This record gives sequence, C-alpha cells and structure tokens, in this order.
Amino acid sequence: MRFLHLIWCNLKRKKLRTSLTILSILVAFILYGYLSAIRAALVGGISLEGANRLMVRHKVSLILSLPQRYQERMLRNPGVALATHQTWFGGIYQDPKNFFMQTPVVPEEFLDMFPEFLLPPDQKAAWLKTRTGAIVGRKTAERYHFKIGDKIPIQSPIWAKSDGNHTWEFDVVGIFDGKNKNTDTTSLFFRYDYFDEARQMNKGQVGWYTIRVRDPEKAALLARQIDDEFQNSSAETKTETEAAVAQGFAKQIGDIVLITASILGAVFFTILLVTGNTMSQAVRERTGELGVLKAIGFTNLQVLGLVLAESCLISLLGGGLGLALAWALIAKGDPTGNLLPLFHFPASDLRLGLIGVVVLGVFTGIFPAVQAMRLRVADALRRM
Amino acid sequence: MSSTNNILVDVDGVEKVFHRGSEDIHVLRDLHLKVPAGEFLALMGPSGSGKSTLLNLIGGLDRPTNGTVTIGGERTDQLTDARLAAWRARHIGFVFQLYNLMPVLTAERNVELPLLLTHLSRAERKRHVETALAVVGLSHRARHFPRTLSGGEQQRVGIARAIVTDPTLLLCDEPTGDLDRKAGDEILDLLHGLNREHGKTIIMVTHDPHASARASRTVYLNKGQLTNAPVQ
Repeated sequence: MRFLHLIWCNLKRKKLRTSLTILSILVAFILYGYLSAIRAALVGGISLEGANRLMVRHKVSLILSLPQRYQERMLRNPGVALATHQTWFGGIYQDPKNFFMQTPVVPEEFLDMFPEFLLPPDQKAAWLKTRTGAIVGRKTAERYHFKIGDKIPIQSPIWAKSDGNHTWEFDVVGIFDGKNKNTDTTSLFFRYDYFDEARQMNKGQVGWYTIRVRDPEKAALLARQIDDEFQNSSAETKTETEAAVAQGFAKQIGDIVLITASILGAVFFTILLVTGNTMSQAVRERTGELGVLKAIGFTNLQVLGLVLAESCLISLLGGGLGLALAWALIAKGDPTGNLLPLFHFPASDLRLGLIGVVVLGVFTGIFPAVQAMRLRVADALRRM
Repeated sequence: MSSTNNILVDVDGVEKVFHRGSEDIHVLRDLHLKVPAGEFLALMGPSGSGKSTLLNLIGGLDRPTNGTVTIGGERTDQLTDARLAAWRARHIGFVFQLYNLMPVLTAERNVELPLLLTHLSRAERKRHVETALAVVGLSHRARHFPRTLSGGEQQRVGIARAIVTDPTLLLCDEPTGDLDRKAGDEILDLLHGLNREHGKTIIMVTHDPHASARASRTVYLNKGQLTNAPVQ
C-alpha cells in the first residue's frame, strides 16, 4: 500500500496514453460481456430441468403438426411419465417489433412438465377456471406493463378464429417467475381447449410434444420406441432431448462457442499487444528513474513488483470498469427486443472475466518488469 | 555502522575492468583509498579517469573486478544484490549531478522515497521528511513538483532525499556541476554544514577546484590510480 502513490503517479505521467490504453481494455471487456451474454442466450437454455425431457416433433419439420391423439399412445409407453403438447401461435402484440412467444398449452400438464415456471396457486386456480385466461412471464409483463385482470389483444397471422377474425383476446390471470436466472420468462401461455375450439382450421392438431421420461438413462431408447410407434403413419415423429433441440437450433446460426472464442481471442491478443507496448514504453522512458530507485535501496524484486503492479492497475481499471459497465448494460435487458430472452451475463463468465483482468495485467507487465529488474544501476543512471 | 581505527571506507587493491566487445578497458588499477569517518573528501580528475566508477563501487552500485571494498567493517563487494540494496538503503545517501528527482512526485514525496523501504509509519515518515526539508531550507517548497523548482532547489531536494534516512556516508557525484556559482556555493555550504554539524562522511566527485576547496581533503584520480596531487 505504501507504494500505491508512486504507482498511481507513474500512471498519471502520460495521461493520454494511459487513458487510451485503459479505454481499449474497457471496450474489450464490454465486448467480452456482450459476447458472453449472447452465447448464454443462444446456448444457455438447456436447463437441468430439461435433462429428463424429450421433445417429439414432426419428422419432416417443426412447422408440420402432429395429431393430438398421439398423446394417449405416448402415455401408454411405460417409460413415459408425462406428456403434454404445445403449438406455435406466432401472434403479434400491437406491433411486430413487440416479439414474445405465445403458446397454447394444457395448464395442469404444462405446469407439471415445466416446474421451472413458478405460478402462485391462486393464479393457477384462476387459470383453470378462466377459459380465455393466459399467464405471462415476469419479463414480458414488466416490459408491457401487463397486470392481472388485463385483457390483451393478440393478432395471429397464422390462426384465424371460426368467425374469420385473426385477433385473439386473452385475460391475464397470472404472472409467472423463473426458478432459475436463466429461465425464460418472456412467454405467454394460454389454454389449448379455448384455442382448439375457437380456431378455424387444423383442429385436433398440435405443434410438438414434450415427454417426461421415467428413467433419463433410457431416454435414447424411449426416443427410438416413440419414433417406431408412429413409423409409417401420416405424421411420423422425430424425438430428441431438449438439449439436442436447443443445440440444433443454436447450430443453425453457427458454432456460437467457436465464434465468440475466436472474436475474443483476436480482441484480447490485440489488447495484449497494445498494453504490453504501453508498459514497455513506460519502462524504457523511465530507465534512469528505475536506476535511481535501485540506487536508493529498492531491490530488484521491488522494482519488478512496481512495474507489475502498474500494469495490473491499468488492467484492473480498464477491465474492472469494462466488466462493471457490461454488467450494468446487460442487466438492462435484451437489446434485440426479446429475440434473445435468456440474454444475461452469467456469473461464471464474470468470474472468468475477473481472472482475465489479472492475467492480462500480469502478462502485459511481466516482460517490461523483468527488463526493469535486470537493469544494472550504474548503466541505468547513465541514461538519466 | 562500526569501523576499525575510525576508517569508514576502505578500498583495497581495487581493479575495475569493463569489456567492450573483445577489448578490455581497465578503468581502475590496484586502487587503495581509506576514508576516515567524518571526513569530507573531494575526488578530482579528468573526464574518464574513473571517478564515477570509484564512487559507484563505494556506493555498492557496481562490483570491483578485483580487490575489496569495505564500508564500516562490512565487505560490500561480497554481498548479494538484495542485501546490497538493503545495505544501500540503510547506509548510503546519493546526491547526483542532475538531481535525479522523480518528476511525477512532489518534493516531499521525492524525499520520502527511501523511507518507503523502512518500517516507519506514515506519520513518522512525514516527520522525517519535514526534518530533512528543514535542514536543506526547503520546507516552504514541500508541495512543489521538481519542474517548478530552480536547479539549486532541486539539488536541495536531492540532498534532503539523501539524508532523510540519516545515512553515515554521503556520495555526491558532481553535485554543483549543473548549477551556477551562487547556487553551487549554497549547495557546498549545505554539504559543509552536514559534514561539520551532523558528522556526515562525504565523498564528493568534482571537476571544480572551487568545490574541492571546501573539502577537508582532496585526492586525484588519473588513469585509474589515485595521487595526492593533480597530474599536470
């Protein structure tokens, strides 16, 4: 601590150079934060709760529907603990920019299947009583200021009601929270019985099924059995784990992990060079002064420590501020308007970022620090 | 720092050879010098005669190729780098020709630098700094940065930094070399006072006969060897 003033004053020596270096580190760590959040949003939806769940869809495409009667046949398989279905609704609330997912579900089955959605019992009871009732995720409710008792009109370009009207009205009866931080609370769920009865076409059809398996170790076998069950029918199925579905979806965009790692690698390599150069220059300019410090009794190790502390302080200021800013900006929510509902800065990535700050400081400082440590006093004093 | 027979500095048979490519440059040859405690010694000689090299050897900034350097009974040429640094911090005060102050630190912070290596508390360090600045007559300029001080004032800060740890030996490398006559005289008065009133042993390298006249003894260095009279 007693050397902090000296280190701080050395940092202020070339204010512009130090500021620009800190700024470049800051930007790099903001970028790191955002890329982490995007990666988490794209591949982080695979939750532990989903480990014992399978998704059954049409073999050809997710767009094609499956008969509702499949549910009963699936439940006949002793490996299936629970089965429920969902259907893509694709509605628009006021403006196409206001994207959030709406899905017709069977309330009790749905809440049993997805315990990560937390709905108070009284709201659940209200949902079971209200045919046009819908429950909304906390994020979407806060975003559009929905509250219990509201009537929400949603227009579906796909589904028309039997009178030809594409506008569906739902009564908000509940607002659900997520059990975990990465639980998606941007969706709206409404009752399938109301949807199926009111829609004009495709009655008795559903989008996909979710199955809870009794023994997760036999999930692969069960997936094969289900697909075999519906082989040669008019709607053959493809059964996968939720994780495989999420990963498959992410893979459609690209190998997110590889892309983010490549971008970050390039950014941090550049930062390493920029900061390393700053520190090397700083030490070169100060050769004589380092000689004076050694002459008055600073040991080689103390000089090494001073230079390293300086580079770590630069890194800490830039990186720490960058991570804090990234945290604050990302906490404001998904900048894409709910295209990335799980957009958040994972705590594990924040910790990794903090380790990165220290590593950057040490790496950029170690070579100039060793150079300073090895300076011979008499030679250094001649360079004053 | 204790000494035998009151000899503080004992340079015995010292030789210093620098290697430049394949060439060996003998800067000091079989040099012997004894400096009693409390002496104010002037070391004179032409440029390149080895004055600064000798001062560096005495101050533990460099090591002799051959021979021994004993300061206060301690063989400094045998100390490890780390122990030598600690020894310098305790026993030696350096005064440089170009002051060698840290431009980013105020006068008081510059003077405090050697105290950062001690176990003194902040308040104790502050007290020592105030005393050192008072001795050199610069208490009123404590918060000033070197760039706002005159050459003479900067050298006073340099002297305050050298004496703040109360070292036994002050090594001054042309302390008036960069100053005008008036400022130079003030610095010499100060060094003289430190020698007479505070008992500091001082070895001062100088080109200036006017400066060496203030010392109690002058030795001359020529072609790596000491004489008691200037070489014509």
